[in-house]
Amino acid sequence: MPAVITARGLRKTYGNFTAVDGIDLEVEAGESFGLLGPNGAGKSTTMRMIGGTLDRDGGELAVLGLDPGTQGPQVRAHLGVVPQQDNLDEELRVRENIVMYGRYFGLSRDYLRDKSAELLAFAQLEAKAKDKVSALSGGMKRRLTIARGLVNEPRILLLDEPTTGLDPQARHILWDRLFRLKEAGTTLVVTTHFMDEAEQLCDRLIVVDHGRIMAQGSPASLIREHSTREVLELRFGSARNASVVAQLEGVGERQEVLPDRILVYAHDGEAALEQVTSRGLHPVTSLVRRASLEDVFLRLTGRSLVD
Amino acid sequence: MTDPTHGTGLDAPEFDAAGLVASGRVPPHTEMAARTRRSGSWFYAETTLRGMRAFALPIAVYAVLQPLLYMVALGVGLGELVDRGSGPVDGVDYLTFVAPALLVSTVVMSVTAEMTYPVMSGFTWQRLYYGPAASPLEPGQIARGHLLAVVLRFVLQGGVFWVIMEAFGAAPSGWWQSVLVVPVGVLTATAFGTPLQAYASTIEDEAYQFAFIQRFVVMPMFLFAGTFFPLSAMPVWLHWIGWVSPVWHGTQLARVASYGADVSPVMIAVHLAFLLACTVGGVVWATRSYTRRLHS
Repeated sequence: MPAVITARGLRKTYGNFTAVDGIDLEVEAGESFGLLGPNGAGKSTTMRMIGGTLDRDGGELAVLGLDPGTQGPQVRAHLGVVPQQDNLDEELRVRENIVMYGRYFGLSRDYLRDKSAELLAFAQLEAKAKDKVSALSGGMKRRLTIARGLVNEPRILLLDEPTTGLDPQARHILWDRLFRLKEAGTTLVVTTHFMDEAEQLCDRLIVVDHGRIMAQGSPASLIREHSTREVLELRFGSARNASVVAQLEGVGERQEVLPDRILVYAHDGEAALEQVTSRGLHPVTSLVRRASLEDVFLRLTGRSLVD
Repeated sequence: MTDPTHGTGLDAPEFDAAGLVASGRVPPHTEMAARTRRSGSWFYAETTLRGMRAFALPIAVYAVLQPLLYMVALGVGLGELVDRGSGPVDGVDYLTFVAPALLVSTVVMSVTAEMTYPVMSGFTWQRLYYGPAASPLEPGQIARGHLLAVVLRFVLQGGVFWVIMEAFGAAPSGWWQSVLVVPVGVLTATAFGTPLQAYASTIEDEAYQFAFIQRFVVMPMFLFAGTFFPLSAMPVWLHWIGWVSPVWHGTQLARVASYGADVSPVMIAVHLAFLLACTVGGVVWATRSYTRRLHS
């Protein structure tokens, strides 16, 4: 598969602050590529440079063979952009938001009449077509923003924190929609600080912190590489966690002490729990779960994704 | 995995996702970029005009009522008094003297409203500019598109004002000459409006500056830039208020159009040059400032 986005040593600085500090990435046509990292890691800055609305300070960047720094309008004509903060036009009706946005791409009103109907169906907003945008729920606004971003049939859809602030049900509807787009051949680039979103949506991702890439690969390979298969979570009460951990030596492959719990990394979580109780330790609660990208991030940075 | 939409009442209807992302009905993306490069300002103006539709009634009422009130108050009321007391001003009756100036001032006051809070809103409150900034539109096209929509509104507003002037007999020149008050009014509005648009685009938060501009820039221009009495009626040390005011330059031109005021061709050229220079300078500044805000 040919690469549709290529970055080498991508950099962006604001005064003394380096927001993006030498990022290399390659996104292939038709894949769903993720940038996972905490707030302020440089994900949105990277997205804006790819989207041709922010000039880079160093490195090379090509989107569909074009340079977003010097060929911004041409690059943006190929893209659909879903920003972190909804910026729908609240003075226009729901359908008008799609139509007027399509005009920015020079698309004809005939085409836009049909296209807006299809996109409203896709976003499940047909009944709201003539409503004011301000009457929509958060999830509906997000779906409308995505529909708007698809009006030019983009090759690549850039989604910056697509489900932040949505309830679980709205998130699942949205993921379903994005999955269908990917199936239809649209390349997705997604930033998120939710590990479940990254696992749901991304074929491949980079883990970003302080503007640098900490790791990259598929969600499964990252977990395999940087974590055990299972994790045992133990809670002894916040006062005792730190003192108990000394007695857990040799249980599992390693332990991680968080303020509210101890994480024991083990291939067999149940067996590890038996070892713990056999040592006469009785946690208030215990839980065995599959390792996630959250564990990968913790391992790589010593910090949680969501502060 | 369970169906994510299960039980939501929003079970996905069947649709052709492939047809959605590659229908074969759109031109190549490079062609889209080329079209937007040619006509992007107009595309953005369409959106601004569509947004104005929500305020169409107040805009129309204002456009009609404002000149009517002026004509009655200053023609029938104050005009009678002035005409009886001092006789003709600049060789014409008071209403004829003041009407073209009021047209210019009215449009300038409207541009003050259009190029302050809505610009601020585009960047800060509603962030209206950021959506189009991610499309092939360039920031300068967004700035000029907003301006273009506002200019079209002023063509209508000025046109209504001119019709009412004619109805009150306040524009003695032939209509083909007096109708030039409309483009003069619009040019004056852009001369003041584009630098104001550029300035408004530099403001990050709060907007107390706008109230200041309204009180200490727009009002003095309205009162002292030759609207109600000729500049020459003021002491010489106050004349500079007129010289630096787009309103005075526009008013003088509007008077030439509406009653053939005695202004030398050189001064007509100076007035035109001043208004054009302010407009062009403002557009250049706004393009830079919009680019800085939207692309950094």
